[in-house]
Amino acid sequence: MEQALEILFTASFWVAAIRIASPLIFATMGELICERAGVLNLGIEGIMTAGAFAGWFTVYSGGDLWTGVAVAALAGAMFGLLHATLTVPLGLSQHVVGIGVTLLATSLTYFTYRLALPQVTTPPKIEPFQPLPIPGLSKIPVLGEALFTQTPLTYLAFVTVAVVAWMLYRTPIGLAVRAAGENPSAVEAQGISVTGLRMGAVMVGSALMAVGGAFLTMSAFNSFFFEMINGRGWICIALVVFGSWRPGKALLGAILFAAFDAYQIRLQQISGGVVPYQVFLMMPYALSILALILVARRATYPKALMIPYQKGER
Amino acid sequence: MAASIGVEQGAPAQADIVLRLDGITKRFGPLVANNAISFTLRRGEVIALLGENGAGKTTLMNILFGHYVADEGTVEAFGKPLPPGDPRAALDAGIGMVHQHFTLAENMTVLENIALGTQSPWSLRLDRAAARRRIEKLSADFGLTVHPDATVATLSVGERQRVEILKALYRDARILILDEPTAVLTPAETDALFRTLKLLVAQGLSIIFISHKLNEVMAVSDCVLVLRSGTLAGERTTATTNRAELAALMVGQEVSSPPVSAPRTGPVVFELKNVSTARQGTTTRLDGLSLALRAGEITGLAGVSGNGQSALASLISGTLQPASGEMVIGGSAAGNWSPRAALASGIGRIPEDRHAVGTIGDMSITENVISERYATPRFSRHGFLDWKAARAFAEEIIRDYDVKAPSPEARIRLLSGGNMQKLILGRALDSEPAVILANQPTRGLDVGAVAFVHRRLLEARDRGAAILLISEDLEEILALSDRILVMSKGQLSSPSKRGERSIRELGELMAGHGEVNDAA
Repeated sequence: MEQALEILFTASFWVAAIRIASPLIFATMGELICERAGVLNLGIEGIMTAGAFAGWFTVYSGGDLWTGVAVAALAGAMFGLLHATLTVPLGLSQHVVGIGVTLLATSLTYFTYRLALPQVTTPPKIEPFQPLPIPGLSKIPVLGEALFTQTPLTYLAFVTVAVVAWMLYRTPIGLAVRAAGENPSAVEAQGISVTGLRMGAVMVGSALMAVGGAFLTMSAFNSFFFEMINGRGWICIALVVFGSWRPGKALLGAILFAAFDAYQIRLQQISGGVVPYQVFLMMPYALSILALILVARRATYPKALMIPYQKGER
Repeated sequence: MAASIGVEQGAPAQADIVLRLDGITKRFGPLVANNAISFTLRRGEVIALLGENGAGKTTLMNILFGHYVADEGTVEAFGKPLPPGDPRAALDAGIGMVHQHFTLAENMTVLENIALGTQSPWSLRLDRAAARRRIEKLSADFGLTVHPDATVATLSVGERQRVEILKALYRDARILILDEPTAVLTPAETDALFRTLKLLVAQGLSIIFISHKLNEVMAVSDCVLVLRSGTLAGERTTATTNRAELAALMVGQEVSSPPVSAPRTGPVVFELKNVSTARQGTTTRLDGLSLALRAGEITGLAGVSGNGQSALASLISGTLQPASGEMVIGGSAAGNWSPRAALASGIGRIPEDRHAVGTIGDMSITENVISERYATPRFSRHGFLDWKAARAFAEEIIRDYDVKAPSPEARIRLLSGGNMQKLILGRALDSEPAVILANQPTRGLDVGAVAFVHRRLLEARDRGAAILLISEDLEEILALSDRILVMSKGQLSSPSKRGERSIRELGELMAGHGEVNDAA
């Protein structure tokens, strides 16, 4: 029991939590932007897969790491464009399109992988992003180590949260995005194109999701393998709800979930096999559901979420 | 139309013309919503666009504002042609529109709603301070009091409308289009709106005021354009016309209120004895209320809304249970009270809000008309719906109640308010209920539909139904009721016979002065 508590005070636990949180932060911000504009993007799981592959393959083929991130973002934006074209101007069901995009992006990624590397059985590794301790700050015990000995992509994740929050609440375009998710006819009546706004939001959001996927191959596992996204996209959908569609709260949610995950790995090691390991694997999800029930019951969701907007329709 | 007449009489100077519509035609499939409509609007002029629901008023304004593209015709604002189908161009040309259904984002603040789209989308910072200064100045100048940081969801309907007007003024609108602005306002809010409009006109703004209410049109406009089934039926100078002439132009014939015969009052068929209800949200609850409705009699319930009418209506229609007291229907005490029990005991219901409560907008006319009785043997057998009978019933109501609908399969939300109300009326009256609850039965309807609803209610009375008519429209109460009660703060006044109390006396009772009698 004491051992179980001690884990919480080790720096290595918090370093791991922040690392595990990073891809979730990117993808959650991406989903949040889409939903704030009124589009539920269930393509997230597939877009993360595509981003993970695109980033890794760019570096594997000789590109540098940041080029890999850019290529991943571009791939994400393209799937975002597909999703947005079907859901925004054509007004198709966002559930069906989202699941379709996930299936398409995932299988297209696996197919490309097999075409590019036909003979390979063990996924090749790349040279990933290296930890970049921030001088001074990284010397703070526990907290400093956890936050400031990470890789550049993790720092970028935190910067993204700040940028998204500023964009949504402090800029005219953010105001328009939020209004598009609340009442698109208000946006139209003010002379702004709802279609343009929503498509832009879905593309930018999808690019962020893809960068989240790329984090896994370029800053965590160093190679690409099948099923590596492993439901992280779906978790991000829940994190957006958990965060009541607010960037700051969603960030906390991502860190909380990642902490559960890091904790259960360490608990497994000290439990000595008495409890089946599946129980520990389940723990973060069970706790997340509990947290959702407690936090998100009164969340005010964007009013026009999932409602297609057709100009001139009554 | 060269005949439009502004505030200042005299030769129409060309420079004064701010807006010119020329030969606007718009078709929706086979329906011609606007047929070659032309008119001009001058500086400082208030034009009223009058017409029944579905006459094409809103379509015309949506073309003007760029929501729709006209099939034929041109729009010219301040001497320059307006590109069709572009709200941005209309806004930039100084045209502001206050839509009938507000276009506000509810979870956002007043300031955010107004500033939306007014600053460059690529700027990295929304200048809230500048927006706030401007909003506060406009509010003060035009008497449009509203707090810039209030969330729209917390505002009253009247306040929301002020936000809509501020939105237009914030963008320097010189022409303001108001689509049915008073439909949702209380009388006091309407007066405030009219005062604001006067201030705006004094500043040289021009206003197009869309309405189907004759008295308002007479009160605010300089000139009236009457639309009937998509064509311009007439153009009159307000000062030289009268309500009767306008009403006749609107409907194409003389309208007369239905003659009312003396009631043949029967026994009490519905009675509330000392009934109280639990509080529901912020609505006024009933506290020891007694009320008796007699067969063959229309009981009019006057009162300012929010004085317990909604609790009483919910109670009678079965959506609210009495907390104490007794409810007697047809001589026997009502047992477990529910909407189903209310229907089973022969209560016909015309709800206050036909969109939210009366109908399910995205379901068909057929589905809506059987919604109260789909489980009865008439419409279902062994648990399966009898669509043939349902469709026949829908067709019967469409025919008997003169509903203009494309087919029984049409989604009901596509119907105009008047046609929707006729369907609800048909659904409620078809089974010849012994008790009818008519809650604001003509709110938002045009003259023709109002007369239709009134005639049907009187017919139901004459066959022996006991009718409770709840209305905020005192003229309606006076025209139909055999007996009038006034509700104030959850209490009922003593009853008065037709013509017994003057409008002034009723008004005082509505304001909560004078005696109350709980044994009405």
